[in-house]
Amino acid sequence: MRRESWSPSWIDLEKPNAARVYDYYLGGSHNFAADREMARKAVELWPELPQIMRANRAFLRRSVQYLAGEGFTRFLDIGSGIPTVGPVHEVAREVQPEARVVYVDRDPVAVAHSLPLLVDDPLSHVVQADLTRPDELLATPEVADLLDDSAPVALLLVAVLHFVRDEAGPHKLVARLRDALPPGSAIVICHACREGRPDQVGSHQDIYQRTSTPITMRSHEEITAFFDGFELVDPGIVYLPEWRPDSPGTVGPHPERMAGLVGVGRLP
Amino acid sequence: MTAASSETEFTARWARLLRAHGSPLHPLKIDALAARTTALIRDGHADQAASALLNAHFTDPELLVGAVELLRTAPSRVPGSAGMFAAAWAAALREKTLRQQESIHTAADSARREAEQALHASEARFRALFENAAVGIGVGSVRGEILAANRALLEMFGAGLDTLQGRQVTDLVHPEDSPEVWTAYEDLIAGRRESFQCDKPYYRQDGEVVWTHLTVSLIRDEDGDPKYQVAMLEDITDRYRLQERLRHQATHDPLTGLPNRAAFFERLEALFAEAGADARFGLCYIDLDRFKIVNDSLGHDTGDQLLVAVASRLAAALTPLGHMVARLGGDEFVVLLERCQGEHEAVAAARAVLAALSEPIDIEDHRLAVGASIGVLERPVGTITPGAAVRAADLTLYRAKEAGGGRWTLYDARTNAAAVSRYSVSVRMPVALDRGEFFVEYQPLCALADGSLAAVEALVRWRHPRLGVLGPDEFVAAAEETGLILSLGRWVLEQSCAQAADWQRRFGPLAPQLNVNITARQARNKRLVADVGRILADTGLDPCLLQLEITEGTALGPLDESQRVLHGLVDRGVTLAVDDFGTGWSNLAYLRDLPISGLKLSSSFVPDPATAGDEDVSWRIISGLVSLSSSLGLTLTAEGVETPETAERLRVLGCDWGQGWHFGRPTAPERLEALILAGATDEKSGAPSPLADPT
Repeated sequence: MRRESWSPSWIDLEKPNAARVYDYYLGGSHNFAADREMARKAVELWPELPQIMRANRAFLRRSVQYLAGEGFTRFLDIGSGIPTVGPVHEVAREVQPEARVVYVDRDPVAVAHSLPLLVDDPLSHVVQADLTRPDELLATPEVADLLDDSAPVALLLVAVLHFVRDEAGPHKLVARLRDALPPGSAIVICHACREGRPDQVGSHQDIYQRTSTPITMRSHEEITAFFDGFELVDPGIVYLPEWRPDSPGTVGPHPERMAGLVGVGRLP
Repeated sequence: MTAASSETEFTARWARLLRAHGSPLHPLKIDALAARTTALIRDGHADQAASALLNAHFTDPELLVGAVELLRTAPSRVPGSAGMFAAAWAAALREKTLRQQESIHTAADSARREAEQALHASEARFRALFENAAVGIGVGSVRGEILAANRALLEMFGAGLDTLQGRQVTDLVHPEDSPEVWTAYEDLIAGRRESFQCDKPYYRQDGEVVWTHLTVSLIRDEDGDPKYQVAMLEDITDRYRLQERLRHQATHDPLTGLPNRAAFFERLEALFAEAGADARFGLCYIDLDRFKIVNDSLGHDTGDQLLVAVASRLAAALTPLGHMVARLGGDEFVVLLERCQGEHEAVAAARAVLAALSEPIDIEDHRLAVGASIGVLERPVGTITPGAAVRAADLTLYRAKEAGGGRWTLYDARTNAAAVSRYSVSVRMPVALDRGEFFVEYQPLCALADGSLAAVEALVRWRHPRLGVLGPDEFVAAAEETGLILSLGRWVLEQSCAQAADWQRRFGPLAPQLNVNITARQARNKRLVADVGRILADTGLDPCLLQLEITEGTALGPLDESQRVLHGLVDRGVTLAVDDFGTGWSNLAYLRDLPISGLKLSSSFVPDPATAGDEDVSWRIISGLVSLSSSLGLTLTAEGVETPETAERLRVLGCDWGQGWHFGRPTAPERLEALILAGATDEKSGAPSPLADPT
C-alpha cells in the first residue's frame, strides 16, 4: 500500500487562504499564486476591498491602543493571520511596554511564519489552534498561562468570526471563550455584515466559498448577540471607521461601505 | 513664494499623499513619517525616503505615481530626486517582495515539514497498532483485492503476506458461509452499507478451518466514494467448537449418538415452518418389542448395548435414504421422512426398519432377537401440527403393538380420533386434576310458570392445555372407563356444593337447588354416600338443596349395589332426578323402586314449535309425561328449551321446569348471581332471563 493514498494533505498551497489573501490586500507579499489570483478576482468585483482591509487593520490598532490605555496588559488575538503591519504586541507596547500577547491561528503556515518573528520576544507567543474547538484552544499551555492569573485579558476576534459557519455555532463558541475570561476582561469584534453593501454580499461570499476559509456575513442583530454578557464600550456597535476614529476626518463619508461592524465589550 | 513657504507647502502635500494612500498607522505617525521623508528629500536622500516608506508598508504603486509627480513639480535643492526616488522605490520593493516571499515559503515549508512529521509519527503509531493488534486486520480495495494484512491475521490464516496480498476477498469463501455474508459484502463495497458483522469460517493455508467473528467496515474518500474495506477478525474457533460440542450434547442422545428428542422436534418444527402446506412428510414411530424383558432379565448394561446396536442398525439402514433417525427415549425411536413422495415411501422406510432388525443381535454371549412395532403416518404438512402428528404416530404404533408386534400399522384418521380422546384423558387426567385444569360452570333451570330460577346444573369443564376447553361429553365417558371419574366426580361435588352453600348463605331462600350428575360407576361406589355426607357437612349446604342426577342406565344397573347407595343418599336428605329420561329404553319399574323426585326430559323429545305442528306426536308424549310426573309427585324438567315459543308451549302443557339456551347457557357462578337476585325484585314473568345473551 502506498503511503500517500492514506495521508490527507494538511498544507495545500494550491488553495487560497484567508490569512495570505488578507496580507495581499494590505500590500504584502506573504502569499502564493492561488491567494493572489483569488484576491484579484475579489478586488475586481469589489474594488474597495484593500481599503476595507486597511480600515480593519486600523480598527484593530485603535482598539488595542484604547484597551492598552485602559490598563490592559494581556491580549489574546484569535485569527491573527500573518501580523506584519502593526502587530498587536507593537501597538500595545507603545502604551504598555510589558504587554503580553498570544497569537492564535488555525493555519499552520501563518503560525510557522509568525514563529521566527516572535522567537526573541519572551512576552509574545503564537499557537496553532482552532476557534471552532475552544476547549482545545483554551487548553494550549500558552493560552492557559495567559488566562491563568485573574488579570483581565483583551480577547481579539477581529475579522475571524465571519469565517465560522453557522453550523459550528459561533455564538456558543464565543460564550465558551467568554466564560474562560477573568472578570474585567474585554472582547473586540470586527465582523463582515450584510447591511453595508447588500449588493456585494452574494458575490463576495461566493468567492470565499472556494477557499479553505468560506465567509459568512451576518446581520447587525447576530453580531450584537456576540456581545452577550459584555457591556459595550462607547460608541457601541458601529461601522468600522466610526469606532473612536483618530480624528473626525478619518471616518469618511460612507462608513457603511467598509462593510464591517465592530464593537468592544467589557465584562463586569 | 518663498523657499520656506514652498517647502511647507510640499510637506503638507506630501503628508496628504501618504494619508490618502492609507495605512493602518496612526495619523500622527503618518505625519511624523511625512516630516522625516520630506527632510530626507530636501537633503538629497530621496532614495532613503523611498525605502522608509516601503518599510512602513506604503507599497501601493499609486503612491509612487503621486510621489514622482510631486517630486517633479516641487522645487527641490536636488534635481533628479524624482528619478532617484522611483529607482530606490523599485529596488526596495523588489527586496521587500523577495524577502517576504522567502519568508512565506520558509514558513510554508516548515509548516509542511511539521505536518509531515506529525503525520509520520501518527502513522508510525497506527502502523504499530495495526501490526501488533491482537485481532486480525486486513485492508482491501473496493474491487476486492487484499492490500494489507497484519500479523495476527497472517497467523490466523497460517499464511505469509505474499500469499494473501493481491488475492481476492471473494476467494475466501467457505461452504458454511451464510448467504447473507456475501450479500452484505456486495452491499458494502457498493457503498450501500457502512459495515457488517457476522461469524464466518475461513480455510487456513494448511486446510484447517478457523472460525472468526468478522467485522467489515467501509472507508470512503474525501468525496464520499467507497475507497477501502477494512476487515477485523477475531479468532473464535475454540468458542465455536465448544458451542458445537454443547449443541451436539444438547441435541444428541449420549448413549447411541443419535439425535435426541429435542433435536427431532426442532427438525420437525422447522420442517413445518419451512415447507409448503402441500409438502408431505412421513413419520415411523418405532417401539422395540420385548425390550423390557431383555432389560429386566439381562440387566441394564445389556439393554443399553442392545439399544446402541439397534441405533446403529437403524442409522445404517435409513440415513442413506436421507431420513433422520432419532431416539425419543427408552426403546422408542422415530424416523422422519422429509419431502415424502407418498405413503409407499413411509411404508418402505418402516419395512427397512423391520428388515434391519430381522437378524438377531449378538450382545456378549447372548443372541437377542428384537422385533419392533411401528406406527406409520404420512400426511401433507398443512393438515396436521407437529405435536398431533407425533401423537398420532404413537397411537398408531400401539395398534401395531396390540396386533402382536413385529409389524407396521398405517395411521387411520377415524381410529385415531377415538384413541386420541382416550389417550388424552387417561394420560392427562390425574395430572389435570392436580393442576387445576378442571372448572365448573352452572346452567339455570327455570320455572316455566314465571321464568324464575329454580335450580342450576353443575357442568364440569376441562381447560385442556392442547385441546382447549372440553365439555363433559368429550371426557366423562373415558373417565368412567378408567375409573378416574371417582376422583373427578368427588372434586365436582366439592366444588359445586361449596358454591351452592355460599349462595345459600348469601341469598337464603332465593338460593337455587344444585343439580350434580352422578355416573353409573359413581353410583356403584360405596364411598359416594360417605363422600356426600362429608361434603354436605364441610360446606354446610342444606341437603334438600342438592339433587343428584342419574341416568336411566344407572337406575337400571346392578340394582343391589347402586340401589343401596342411592337409598343411602336419599336418607341423607338429598333428592334424585333421572337425567335424559326417555332415551334408555327403560323399564319404568325403577320409578317404583327408587326414591326419585324428578325427571329430566331429553332434549330429543322437545320439538321446535316452528317446525312441529300443534298436533305433533311429541307434544302428546310430553303431555302424557306431564300427567305421569304429576301423579307420581315428580318435578318434570324439559331440556333443550331454545326459544320462547317452546317455553310457552311447554308451560301450557303443564311442564314444571325448563333448561336450555332460552334460559341461559352454562356460565361462571358469578354471572348467575344477577339471576338469583332477580327473584327478589322482579315481578316474575316468563320473560327471558338476564342470561339470555349467549356466552
